[in-house]
Amino acid sequence: MAFLKKYISDVYQGARSLLKGMKLTGYYFTHRKEIITQQYPDNRLKLPERFRGEVVMPHDQNNEHACTGCTACELACPNGTIKIITKFDTTPEGKKKKALDTFIYHLELCTMCNLCIEACPTDAIKMAQNFEHSVYDRSQLTKKLNKPGSKIREGVE
Amino acid sequence: MLSFEHITQAIDKWLFGTFNPNVAIVIEGLIAGLCMIGLFAILGLVLVLMERKVSAYMQIRLGPNRVGPGGSLQTLADTLKLAMKEGLTPDGADKFLFNLAPFLVIVTAMLVLAPIAFARNVSLWDLNIGVLYVSAVSSLSVIGILMAGWASNNKYSLLGAMRSGAQIVSYELSAGFAVLSIVVLTGSLRISDIIESQRDGWWLFKGHIPAIIAFIIFIIAVTAETNRAPFDLAEAESELTAGFHTEYSGMKFALFFLAEYVNIFIVCSIAATLFLGGWMPLHIGAWTGFNHVMDYIPSSIWFIGKTFFLIFVIMWFRWTFPRLRIDQLLNLEWKYLLPISMINLLIMTLIAIKGWHF
Repeated sequence: MAFLKKYISDVYQGARSLLKGMKLTGYYFTHRKEIITQQYPDNRLKLPERFRGEVVMPHDQNNEHACTGCTACELACPNGTIKIITKFDTTPEGKKKKALDTFIYHLELCTMCNLCIEACPTDAIKMAQNFEHSVYDRSQLTKKLNKPGSKIREGVE
Repeated sequence: MLSFEHITQAIDKWLFGTFNPNVAIVIEGLIAGLCMIGLFAILGLVLVLMERKVSAYMQIRLGPNRVGPGGSLQTLADTLKLAMKEGLTPDGADKFLFNLAPFLVIVTAMLVLAPIAFARNVSLWDLNIGVLYVSAVSSLSVIGILMAGWASNNKYSLLGAMRSGAQIVSYELSAGFAVLSIVVLTGSLRISDIIESQRDGWWLFKGHIPAIIAFIIFIIAVTAETNRAPFDLAEAESELTAGFHTEYSGMKFALFFLAEYVNIFIVCSIAATLFLGGWMPLHIGAWTGFNHVMDYIPSSIWFIGKTFFLIFVIMWFRWTFPRLRIDQLLNLEWKYLLPISMINLLIMTLIAIKGWHF
């Protein structure tokens, strides 16, 4: 009779687990407050701080950034997303000093791996939470991150 | 009170009074055919929308909500899109069978609608073997599916069709046993007799536990027969892309899609007729007052309400249960449903002979 007992308990267990599942979906069906969908264009979520949307370079109110042009990010990037063009500034003492000319960022190549941000010794770049990257032409995805006329902040080495 | 019964009788009277009987019969047939095609179109639109909304709410989503108020015109827009698409026939396909298959499936679905009673005294053809006719004709749809799978010249289609064949052949048995147990109680295969026998209560309640078991088995078996999840092995999009209708596009795909939903409606209306009394209002034994109140609700509302409730239950299955593997599917039928339904039929026969039912 052992097999019969197992047979019946199989049927019972199967029915019980199926009903448990139906109870959960039935609960979701009757409770609209559980719905987690966001109506995207009408209701834009504020994404969490750690969401990686694109690399940006923050500038302060004096149009100054913290990038020294050390190219650590360019070396850290696994797929050649970042290209840094440097120039030589002359300091008031008459010394030549390496500085950032253009920070070229290829968004179309970027995988948002965050390695460049980790490599940066002066925290000059960070990840932004913007995710709406659609443009009509691919060339618009190649961005210059340093604003025109910007220069390095005093005291950042 | 205006009801379907009065409308059909008035049309019938007017036609036979105006034309000679032969012409009147032909016109009546045409009107009935048009009504069926209209019903098909409405069912397709309503059930697809219902499925999308039900699935969305069960998965904590919102579902279609852009086209029309609350997304109500979404399926109409989808149909328009499908109608404008190209009906592609693959090069290696058997062209004749490939193009025939969707029509065979839809014609089968149409044939099964014939004996169903939609309201009091409203059915196309109340023939004396109604239930037998339904179970005989509904199993023909597997031919359409096999034909589609074979003619597509695609390994996924063929696998899906073969699975569907195995599935329908097995589950026909327990569905048949479940139907039989009600036929045993009623003593008639005619749909109108079966409904009439439930005047003092539905068989689901009158037939004790065996009727409930038969009902559950019937619902499981018809879910499998209509190729719905969790028995959608014939389509199994994660394994077979789309199974037997992988190669179909445009309106031919839409016909398969429509046939699936119409089949659900049909099997649910059969279940409602056999176990829940069809258009018969909820009557409880000798409670005359209660029965009178229930009679005020039109019979068509009762029929549609019961049918849509069962459709909802089947959709509930689909969006809750995971898909079975082919061996699990056949185990469930041959090791569980079939023995249980055989014993159940035996008990049911005993109840019917001894008159233990209410």
